[in-house]
Amino acid sequence: MNGTAEMQRIDVLDQPILNLTWIDLTVAVGLVLIAIGISRWHRTGLARSFAVGAIRTVLQLTIIGYLLVYIFAIDQWYLVVGALLLMLVIASKAAVDRQDSKRAGLFGITGVALLVGSGLTLIYVSVMVVHVDPWYNPRYLIPLFGMILGNAMNAAALAADRLAGEMETRRDEIEAYLALGASSVRAAQEPVRRALRAALIPTLNSLMVVGIVSLPGMMTGQIIAGSDPLVAIRYQIVVMFTLASAVALAAVIVVLGFRRTFFTDAEQLRPKDG
Amino acid sequence: MKSDTPSFELRGVGQARAGRTVLEDVSAAIPRHVMTVLSGPSGGGKTSLLRLLNRLDDPVRGDILYDDRPIAEYTVTELRRRIALVFQTPVMFPGTVSDNLAVAAELAGVQDGQFDELAREVMLLAELDPSLLERPGGELSVGQKQRVNLARALMTSPEVLLLDEPTSALDPETAGALMKTIGSLSENGQLTIIVATHRVAETEQYAHHALVLRDGRLVENRDSQATTENERNR
Repeated sequence: MNGTAEMQRIDVLDQPILNLTWIDLTVAVGLVLIAIGISRWHRTGLARSFAVGAIRTVLQLTIIGYLLVYIFAIDQWYLVVGALLLMLVIASKAAVDRQDSKRAGLFGITGVALLVGSGLTLIYVSVMVVHVDPWYNPRYLIPLFGMILGNAMNAAALAADRLAGEMETRRDEIEAYLALGASSVRAAQEPVRRALRAALIPTLNSLMVVGIVSLPGMMTGQIIAGSDPLVAIRYQIVVMFTLASAVALAAVIVVLGFRRTFFTDAEQLRPKDG
Repeated sequence: MKSDTPSFELRGVGQARAGRTVLEDVSAAIPRHVMTVLSGPSGGGKTSLLRLLNRLDDPVRGDILYDDRPIAEYTVTELRRRIALVFQTPVMFPGTVSDNLAVAAELAGVQDGQFDELAREVMLLAELDPSLLERPGGELSVGQKQRVNLARALMTSPEVLLLDEPTSALDPETAGALMKTIGSLSENGQLTIIVATHRVAETEQYAHHALVLRDGRLVENRDSQATTENERNR
């Protein structure tokens, strides 16, 4: 990431970073008021939720900002690992809370999916690609893990939700396969395929349009913070590939793990939510 | 296995669904290589019993023996290939009629070279024109779909064919024709057929044995001729 030709470009961008004050943020509240106003105007029932969401955004990001300052200052591996695990648990719960289906074991399955999907890709990208030093450097690990986990969480939630829906609407088809002597794996092949597609398509779409329709948050953040755009895009490319892997791994683990909960050991389809 | 030993033996079988008893203390022997008709009013437990025989469900009480062995002792996928179940509402898998038969052929381990001949054979057994093989399943009439489901079940060369109200969605003429097809399958003497139906009259000339279920209890268990007379007089 440190080619000299590219580094010279930073001179072009050698401008002071514009710091935001709390007064600036107060002015920004006006933007949320627009959303609240539109919601009230059309009685969407979301005005209050927007207000709560805005307050939560301020509180949550403020807390995480101070927490990051603290973790960066202490600079100990166990604090970093602890923070990552806490993020993992919260993400697993959030993914499960979004499901209509409350099958036993989904929290554990989601936790394993996010741990493997996000954890493996974080290790791969931090060790093999970014060469983070020291290995637990929180300035890299925590933001990277946050991005990976957020996407993996969405994929896991989408995959589980779609699988539950497909298993329900295709009950007759699944039982027809079972009645012919198909295994549960074969009988659920189509629901699994559709659930995986549903989980992977948003990431695939973002790979297709990144840089054309959308400029990702991390890349714009780096550029605003003074990085050379060519450095920022390299990071972004790595992040995009990382997300593809994390999302695919999390989705497939959730789908395969969750699929098992729909069948008994005798390859029988359990009753709905049974 | 000798043909005078029963195909299935039910011993005190009980079943519950969603906390409700649907079968209670059912004991019966179902003869081999003939057609048995399973009749009775809707909700009497016919479908629940067929699902137990194919092990799509397990009973909450009692034992079911197939070929003198508890059915739980068989590998379940193997058992289901030997005891095929055709549902009341036909289910078509994605693709053509041929694709539907190919699913069953793959599960039964049919060699690629044998598929075309076997597919044609089961189409004829189900009295379907083999020219329908390349037709998308969704384009067929309900009666044709039911026959494709029958042909698909026959692809695994089952020993037992369980048919759950196979004619309920059909008009009387089509239903009669399908029952005739099923009757001719039983006449070859190799297949044990159990048909759940509330249209007993359609089966009377083919069935050798009859069971009547009412409110989950077996209320009759006898030769079919006697039973049909009895049902008619109600």
